[in-house]
Amino acid sequence: MTTTVLPRVNYLNVRHGVASWLLTKDHKRIGIMYLVVVTIAFFLGGLFATGVRIELTTPQGDFVSADTYNRLFTMHGVFMVFFVLVPVVPAVLGNFVLPLMIGAKDVAFPRLNLLSWYVFVFGFIFTITAMVTGGVDTGWTFYTPYSSSASNSNVMLTGIGVFITGFSSILTGLNFMVTIHRMRAPGLTWFRLPLFVWALYATALVMILATPIIAITIGMMALERALGFGIFDPRLGGDPVLFQHLFWFYSHPAVYIMILPPMGVISEVIACFSRKNVFGYSFVAFSSLAIAVFGFLVWAHHLFVAGISPYSAMVFSFLSFAVAIPSAVKVFNWTATLYQGAIWWRAPMLWVFGFIGLFLIGGLTGLFLASLGLDVHLHDTYFVVAHFHYIMVGGAVMGFFAGLHYWWPKMTGRMYPNWAATTAALLVFFGFNLTFFPQFILGYLGMPRRYHAYSEEFQVLNVLSSAGASILAVGYTLIASYLVFSLFRGQAAGANPWRATGLEWKTESPPIPDNFTETPIVNEGAYKYSEREIEVA
Amino acid sequence: MPDIVASHADPGDHAHHPALQHHFQTLEQQQEASTLGMWIFLVTEVMFFGGLLMAYLVYRVWYPLAWSEGSLELDIRLGAFNTVVLIGSSLTMALAVRSAQTGAQKATVRWLLLTMALGLTFLVVKFFEYREKYLLHHIPGPNFQFEGPEAPHVQIFLSLYFGLTGLHALHMIVGFSILAVITWMAHRRRFSPEWHTPVELSGLYWHFVDIVWIFLFPLLYLVDRAHHLS
Amino acid sequence: MSGHVSPKTTYYAIFGALMVLTAITVTIAFINLGPLNFPVALGIAILKATLVILFFMHVKHSSQLTKLICGTAFFFLFVLFGLTLSDYLSRGWFVAPGGTAAAGTRVTIGPPAPVAEPAGQTQTTTEPQTAPAR
Repeated sequence: MTTTVLPRVNYLNVRHGVASWLLTKDHKRIGIMYLVVVTIAFFLGGLFATGVRIELTTPQGDFVSADTYNRLFTMHGVFMVFFVLVPVVPAVLGNFVLPLMIGAKDVAFPRLNLLSWYVFVFGFIFTITAMVTGGVDTGWTFYTPYSSSASNSNVMLTGIGVFITGFSSILTGLNFMVTIHRMRAPGLTWFRLPLFVWALYATALVMILATPIIAITIGMMALERALGFGIFDPRLGGDPVLFQHLFWFYSHPAVYIMILPPMGVISEVIACFSRKNVFGYSFVAFSSLAIAVFGFLVWAHHLFVAGISPYSAMVFSFLSFAVAIPSAVKVFNWTATLYQGAIWWRAPMLWVFGFIGLFLIGGLTGLFLASLGLDVHLHDTYFVVAHFHYIMVGGAVMGFFAGLHYWWPKMTGRMYPNWAATTAALLVFFGFNLTFFPQFILGYLGMPRRYHAYSEEFQVLNVLSSAGASILAVGYTLIASYLVFSLFRGQAAGANPWRATGLEWKTESPPIPDNFTETPIVNEGAYKYSEREIEVA
Repeated sequence: MPDIVASHADPGDHAHHPALQHHFQTLEQQQEASTLGMWIFLVTEVMFFGGLLMAYLVYRVWYPLAWSEGSLELDIRLGAFNTVVLIGSSLTMALAVRSAQTGAQKATVRWLLLTMALGLTFLVVKFFEYREKYLLHHIPGPNFQFEGPEAPHVQIFLSLYFGLTGLHALHMIVGFSILAVITWMAHRRRFSPEWHTPVELSGLYWHFVDIVWIFLFPLLYLVDRAHHLS
Repeated sequence: MSGHVSPKTTYYAIFGALMVLTAITVTIAFINLGPLNFPVALGIAILKATLVILFFMHVKHSSQLTKLICGTAFFFLFVLFGLTLSDYLSRGWFVAPGGTAAAGTRVTIGPPAPVAEPAGQTQTTTEPQTAPAR
């Protein structure tokens, strides 16, 4: 492996001191700053999950009270959804890589970018305050009337925190959309763009259109709670199901915010580590847009047993089946990309394989839930919990790790030890399946979610699940360890350690502050890998 | 790998406009980006109000009587007056943008000031409307008082009334503040036919706020003026 | 977008039209058109908004992208309205034996099993929403 010297002046060392970071307009620094906050949030969310899984090793509710348990799973959900899953790939990897990928110096609105980080941190602080002063027990879904009237936990604080953080999402989406429309290098037409950019564009679309709805919905819930405005209050003739409609109008597209960017990452990594163009480029590109649009049409599948009309439920069920199609298109195309590719087994690629298998299972089990008759039995059971963890962790988080391990050398100029990365990937994969596969069975057998005590016959599977969670924790800790280690002792990576295509690999690692010494001009498509290339270890 | 041909070194372009930010290649690119950004922001605002409108629609379908009663409690003269005032302010705003486009600096300032005055008028009228509601105990919450069997549902109507007009008024206050800044900048001769983007963007925002009111007026004030429900 | 400068007369004319439409909408509100009052008022509002968008906001002379963005906002707004109302407007079309109108309810074939119930309360799978029948 060649050792190259780190460039003398790069975005990391061009200026020193805390102020130079907190007042930066550099998208690369902002991406790193997001990574720091997201990591803290991930740790906190994991802490709550640990509490949940410890309680669930025994059928009795003996570790914590029911009330505390409610707070544990709520805070787990709130931190993981709003402060990890939504921002992790767009705001960390997207911020860092997008301008590089399109040959720009920065995003369209660098100061807005910094503002969105501050807004994110501000919302995070509110939520942490809510946590340390007692937490929330409504579930991350804040259903009324419990949240607006009956709950005596920190609903307002958490609601405000989430409300504020939503604006971070909106600003990031706005920034990305304008950046992609207006900041592309000369010659970089839409169909020459890397698929990660298409994914970020589709994500931005969803962020912009959906997030305001959760903001106003939380606003209405807060007005009801604080001022007694009746909008969802049944005592006034209000409909609590309306809250659910409005809440899920955002929260379902939100899951596409969480999965689209990791899917984009998979396209990038799979092309590089199969040394092949992505099969069916335009299908994959359009499927991102299709997922974004269709994702807005399915939200009431979360309300199937809440009291909506059966006719409406049928419509949403049909649409929920339809939304699976573009995702399937992607999986087929990725698989076709592998076919006759020269597979290069490195850490990023391991995460890709993990993603494809686990996302497949998660996605297919979503179809089970989209089926009305089945959902009657499976709703609010562990089947649902397993389904969304397969997508969110098996899919989104693994996609994030694929991207992190792919672009780490670009971001830091350092390489991590491959043996450690391989071990961690395998540990996480094994731990993940051990944690969540039993939950499909538990759900099928009827174990309800959000209960701190359960029936004796579910114990064995719960113990397996908790054991898996501990392995997951070890895996994540290992990742954090070797990545931090690489910052100090990692080998210098060079501009293009993966010999990948893409503009981001044409500049140094770490990049100079302005990304490129001269604006690149592009005259061919992405993923021009030579098929006769043989990988060299 | 994509064929990268180095372009000429980036502007050290000595003629570049002081407003040009360094990550943009040309002023035109920057202006297009800014305008696109404002339009996308307005899309988020449409959805933001949309949530409240959704609640309004659902309950209008469910409680037409309450909607009628609640709407009749609003003063149509003040509502209509405010509508005229706000549409007028949109006119003056459009003329302000036009003056900035043509470099008529003093006219720009005058039209902007007029826009602000009309906006302020709107807010003052709104204040009086709210005050009256407060005095009649029509503000939803623990002190709400209303006669008749529809009272609980009228409370929902009024919650949405305050939610919608309150959010709208908040946007007007923000808009007013932005206009104050823009007017000051215009006064200081910061704008020219080549660059007056802040005026244009403020105009877009102001027109949006006007459009929201164009919908709120009939939805809230004109529900059942013909009294065919009550 | 900043290219096109509209003549002042255009702005005054549009303002005039908006005033006329405002007068019409107020006047018509006092005329009993039954169920048509709402769509008419909404239609006039849409017309007014369209005029503001096309002329005051210059969309008529803007790029395709701007027009697309405008359209997209309203499209998704209508998705929200339309699909949510598809629930509310179709509630009560279907009533299962036992009285529930909701989706996701277990319906048994045949007469309900006799159950000892206290104090004459009907035992049903739930009527989940508390909305009064419309």
